Amino acid sequence: MASPYWHLLVAQVRSQTQYRFSFTLELVFSTVLTLLDVATVFVLFTVNDSLGGFGGGEVFLMVGICALGFPLADFAVGNVERLRIYVRGGLFDAVLLRPLSALGQLLAMDLSARRAGRVVQGLVIYVVALVVAPIAWSPAAAVLVVLAPLSAAVFFGAIFVGAATVAFWWIESGEFANAFTYGGRDFASYPTTVFGGLFRRVFAYALGFAFVAYLPALALLGRSDPLGVPDWLRWCSPLVALFAAGLAALFWRTGVRHYRSTGS
Amino acid sequence: MTGANASRSARVVLAVAGAGFRRYSTYRQATVAGAFTNTVFGFMRCYVLLSVAGVAGEAGGYDRAQLATFVWVGQGLLSVVNFWNQLDLAERVRSGDVVSDLLRPMDLMTTYVATDAGRAAYAMLTRFVVPVGVGMLAFGLYLPANPVAYLAFAVSVAMAVVICSLCRYLVGLTAFWLLDVRGVSMLWMFAAGAGSGLYFPLPLLPDWLVTLLWVATPFPALLQAPLDVLVERGPAGPLLAGQLAWLAVTVVLARIVQRRGLRRLVIQGG
Repeated sequence: MASPYWHLLVAQVRSQTQYRFSFTLELVFSTVLTLLDVATVFVLFTVNDSLGGFGGGEVFLMVGICALGFPLADFAVGNVERLRIYVRGGLFDAVLLRPLSALGQLLAMDLSARRAGRVVQGLVIYVVALVVAPIAWSPAAAVLVVLAPLSAAVFFGAIFVGAATVAFWWIESGEFANAFTYGGRDFASYPTTVFGGLFRRVFAYALGFAFVAYLPALALLGRSDPLGVPDWLRWCSPLVALFAAGLAALFWRTGVRHYRSTGS
Repeated sequence: MTGANASRSARVVLAVAGAGFRRYSTYRQATVAGAFTNTVFGFMRCYVLLSVAGVAGEAGGYDRAQLATFVWVGQGLLSVVNFWNQLDLAERVRSGDVVSDLLRPMDLMTTYVATDAGRAAYAMLTRFVVPVGVGMLAFGLYLPANPVAYLAFAVSVAMAVVICSLCRYLVGLTAFWLLDVRGVSMLWMFAAGAGSGLYFPLPLLPDWLVTLLWVATPFPALLQAPLDVLVERGPAGPLLAGQLAWLAVTVVLARIVQRRGLRRLVIQGG
């Protein structure tokens, strides 16, 4: 059963590496492009040595969790954002006709090999963050160190799928999904205390982005949330991620059922 | 060129720009989605920068109102100047359609830049207004008292739009050599994102680096310049002069590269 997906994947990688110079440039610069977010945090800390009540090492840990979790999700399911192009072009009809999972095909059809570089880079950033941040080591913390970026990846994956599924109802949704995927990553990379008002309530709690990096980082640092979230919730990211993934899967199924071809 | 000729070519350029305006005005839902996304990022970046300003209420020489303006107007201008989307040129070179562009009695570069200017005008009326309006309501923005500042801002935005068009035109021209421009386009996104003030106001960087960016790259001319003109960080004159210099450089560069690229043109499948 794995073999048709494998063939799709190999074909993709081969086609993308045909223009070698362009591919190399793309691999290198799409990798360093994500470094800009980390660099931004460094620049901000040259101006002020505390951000939302947290020091450089502490914020770096939050950045690190996102820097590894997000590219993992992007590499695995980021292609789903092309769904609206398939729906508009009618290609999704062909996808549904084949005796393979629709989501699986979408992911395999457009795997972008260049995204692999970001995962490696994210891992390096995360390891450095673990060394730099003042972590309160304990057996539970050691488990969370491994689980936190994986939960972040599952959570971002759910956001990718959920935001792309909107295209079944709203084909011209354009950049709408970016507000929650890339926007969510930016939100999660900073302490929730930085933000305020309704914006914080929606992104941190209603959409759950506080659980991606901020709360697990608090648990690793042995700090309580200044905003009053109970301490035990800091350890719940894996559960929240699984819940989000379940919701996204449900939403995706509803979307596929709802799908009517554009007829063009 | 005689007066009649000049006015005729001005009319043609205006007509092409008008067509660009109408073409993009048909993507209404995408416009709404884009404005929504810019607004979300506006909240994000604004809260972060205000947090950097902290109790001192100042960062990189900007006060809180100036920082808020920098972020929100920056989010509005992002889609006007249009960093992220490449022109159709590269795809048309790859497919060979560029030939029909070349057969038209109008210069290739002028056509693309004029179309893009029309698109920018439409974005100014829609995608610029939404984040700026939200920012004004949610944070309160810095509004210059001097009416000349608004005029200078308009001129600065117009130059930023054309410089950015020309830069992306140059990215598109590399298709004559590479066929696939995704790599160069990534390089552009990295450099333009880092050097333009999109992620943070450039004066947060060391002075020597800011000077280097201004002198060696066109990127500060794309966003940092119009935003500094608006929040009146120093006199507008040198900022506009810097943009004008980069405008001249990019025009000349685009002409040279276009001439060389066309020499390499091979029509596929013809």
